[in-house]
Amino acid sequence: MANSKQPVFIAFQANNDTLPIIDAISEDNPNAVVTEMPAMVKIDCPGRLVIKRESIEEKMGREFNLQELQINLISLSGEIDEDDDEFTLFWNE
Amino acid sequence: MAVEIKTAGVKPVRTAFEHLIARFGDKPATRYQEFAFDTQPKTNFHYRPLWDPDHEIYDKSKTAIVMADWYALKDPRQFYYGSYTIARAKQQDAIDQQMAFLDERGALSELPDQAKRLITFSLVALRHYEWGSNTNNNFIAAYGYGTTITQAATMAMCDRLAMAQHLSRIGLFLDDKTGVSLDEAKEFWMSHSAWQGLRRQVENMFVVSDWFELMVAQNLVADGIVCPLIFQEFDRHFRSKHGNDLSSLTNYSVRWQKDFTRWVDAVIKTAAAESAENRELIDTWVKNWHLHINSAIDGLASELLGDEATASLTTINNEFNVRLSKLGLSAI
Amino acid sequence: MTKAKKLSLKQNYTMLTKGLDWEPSYQKKEDIFPQLSFEGIKIHNWDNWEDPFRLTIDAYWKYQGEKEKKLYAIIDAFQQNNGQFNVTDARYIQALKIFINAVVGLEYSAWRGFTRLGRELGDASPRIATQMQAIDEMRHATTQTHAISHYNRFFEGMGNAPYQYDHAWYLSIPKSFFDDACSAGPFEFIVAISFAFEYVLTNLVFMPWMSGAAYNGDMSTVSFGFSAQSDEARHMTLGLEVIKFLLEQDPDNVAIVQKWIDKWFWRAYRVLSLVATMMDYMLPKRVMSWDEAWTIYYEENGGALFADLARYGIKPPRNAEVTIKEKGRLSHEMWSIFYANRDVVGFPLWLPSQEEMAWFSEKYPDTFDKYYRPRFEYWQELEDLGTPYTNSTLPQLCQVCQWPCLFTEADDPTEFVHRETEFDGEIFHFCSDGCHQIFEDEPKKYIQAWLPVHQIYMGNCLLPDADPSSPDFNPMAEAIRYMGIKPGVDGGLFKDHSDAKNWEKWTERPANIHQGASTDFVRKTSSQNSK
Repeated sequence: MANSKQPVFIAFQANNDTLPIIDAISEDNPNAVVTEMPAMVKIDCPGRLVIKRESIEEKMGREFNLQELQINLISLSGEIDEDDDEFTLFWNE
Repeated sequence: MAVEIKTAGVKPVRTAFEHLIARFGDKPATRYQEFAFDTQPKTNFHYRPLWDPDHEIYDKSKTAIVMADWYALKDPRQFYYGSYTIARAKQQDAIDQQMAFLDERGALSELPDQAKRLITFSLVALRHYEWGSNTNNNFIAAYGYGTTITQAATMAMCDRLAMAQHLSRIGLFLDDKTGVSLDEAKEFWMSHSAWQGLRRQVENMFVVSDWFELMVAQNLVADGIVCPLIFQEFDRHFRSKHGNDLSSLTNYSVRWQKDFTRWVDAVIKTAAAESAENRELIDTWVKNWHLHINSAIDGLASELLGDEATASLTTINNEFNVRLSKLGLSAI
Repeated sequence: MTKAKKLSLKQNYTMLTKGLDWEPSYQKKEDIFPQLSFEGIKIHNWDNWEDPFRLTIDAYWKYQGEKEKKLYAIIDAFQQNNGQFNVTDARYIQALKIFINAVVGLEYSAWRGFTRLGRELGDASPRIATQMQAIDEMRHATTQTHAISHYNRFFEGMGNAPYQYDHAWYLSIPKSFFDDACSAGPFEFIVAISFAFEYVLTNLVFMPWMSGAAYNGDMSTVSFGFSAQSDEARHMTLGLEVIKFLLEQDPDNVAIVQKWIDKWFWRAYRVLSLVATMMDYMLPKRVMSWDEAWTIYYEENGGALFADLARYGIKPPRNAEVTIKEKGRLSHEMWSIFYANRDVVGFPLWLPSQEEMAWFSEKYPDTFDKYYRPRFEYWQELEDLGTPYTNSTLPQLCQVCQWPCLFTEADDPTEFVHRETEFDGEIFHFCSDGCHQIFEDEPKKYIQAWLPVHQIYMGNCLLPDADPSSPDFNPMAEAIRYMGIKPGVDGGLFKDHSDAKNWEKWTERPANIHQGASTDFVRKTSSQNSK
């Protein structure tokens, strides 16, 4: 995969369900910048952002299906690669 | 921001959207009414469709049926997106639990090969019929007139996809989730002589341009014959030989059919009651499509039911005639 | 006894979806899918279509059902608690009128447009993806109607939305946009809506604007907005997938797709001028300016996107640089148009307060004080004198986007753009090079446009009970009535509007937080409170 540095982002509704998700994302993506806006949290990251099921499960203390991200997702930017374990946003170039 | 004021006593200046007050009177409207009625653009369209320059984007003349008020074609279930989705999620949850239970037991995979083949031949192949129905309800949703009908058709489109996916899952029960049964079933659908009559009728529906005719052909006639054949007659036949496991899965489709039929019957009954011309037109469509579809499933019935085929088809057609008369239509 | 085997997300989606359709043998494929060939797009292998979200319908219901439960719990609580009185002030509510009258109509058309694609695309996988988008769009039109329904019971200008969408002059801007897409072929539609509109631009509507709605206390709107945008995230991904799929299918597709990107980026940008005004002028408490939002969501995110697409030979949209040059002017020019024409629009207008103008000076250092502050200050003087500025003639509309031709030259903010062309012996007018270029490419389409001002002059905007032969016949008043706008009720100056008066009566708070109370009732209360 190319090492694009173009920005990708994902944004979630700010609520109790998304706290552990945002926590997990911040830990797994050291370059991610978390910005809080009214009712919304936006996470920007250069080139690539990975959301890992296992990390979220650890934070939540329960099983988590990555498709559950849909419920509190607001928006995103970047190409997507999703499987059962990881949800990745990236740019090729 | 804290509410510091007593707003409880503030009286609204109107009860509902104006078009709903005009239609239903000066009272609060339901959430079904708020989206279903009078919401489709009606006039002052800007451009003729490049794909159909003879019509407007939404055009009453895309069917030969004539209605003074297209919003008369109501959905008796009064579904709006939220109530629909929540209801379906609940039903899906129940069948998922049922399926997980059967899956743990390896239920269908323990049936004799002949029985498994029969399920593949019937129910799994039927997923293609359901896809055809998805296509046809999709057509109604795209080209129909008025929100009441196109909203319900959009839901029907999703429902039929769900039915196709449900039948696919039954296939995956048979083949240890390898998908082999899906390939076999497709081969039956494409090449087995017993399915070709029905496949031909489904493909014929794909080129019908009158959306209300499709409503009659697919949702009244084809479903009215094919669904009882599979879910009532074949299911009973199979249960008597191989137990209840399969029925506990098809039960989902049967209950769904009941819900779906309420909508289909309400729409067709209302359109037929509108005028003698509408009724005659619908009668003609019923007659033509029934003629083709009924003869198309002869071979399929024999394959599925053996000696009982003739008796079953008679039962199905008798029930269909009772239904037609309830809709104010002529018997076949 | 077999132990249940679990399929991965991808395997499960593939099993349940792929192969549902089949190669027909009793009818010709081109008769079943008659819309696939006329646009010149070449598809060699539909199997290369990848649905990145891989949603089966059962999963769709599950997650959507969950979202709907949450959303309606909030809407119910909002209504039971009269949440409409918790927003910052009554000016904010005016923006909701644009939502119910314009955006719901867009969502409606998106729904019906995507159902067409669900039927007409030639393969199960893209058809399922567009069918799900279709029902999502139906969701948005529905939830927006439900979220705003309660406001309609207390405020003017929201009760007649479907009618206004078909008749009001400025609503022909959004309507003609979606009619344009819906009347196009399926591939153009999906590039227009999924890519140019949703992928490139809708973040502007749903992120900064909705966050602004939250900031102004409107939990009902922000809930439907964010909930809708979560579907939008899937739609945007579909938009990107579509583009890549089309570009990879055949090199001949590249030029066609580029032409559509150019056209629809500009079309969508012009529609979003409405959002620019909503963000800068209609949110009493602001989160970010249009200029900032355009910088983040178009220049940065769009820049990343087009850098990614460069490998296919796709260039950033034509005229993108104009949008960047205009970003310091757009909302101010549009608000001026609405203010000047306030007697013929469906919501009342106001001039920005000192506090707001100070914010504009800070956010728009290169433009506001130079071009717009003097204008607004002059108009404020006229208002104070009791002779507010108003436009008494109907504006010239652009033949393509249908905005009044009152945009300024990209390189000269003091000069109005005016382009025209002759076609078939008739002169047509445009607000910009972008719209002019779109016209030149498909003149036979755009000459059909139902241009409200032309229609008024042609006498086509009369209700059946209007009598042009009557001595007191007032053509302008009749045209407004035809548009579904109530003269003397819906438009005008905000401070005189019944929404402002009712707001102060009901809430005992100023209808405009920056200007103090406009009715004696609240003036008295606030001065007591401040003692």
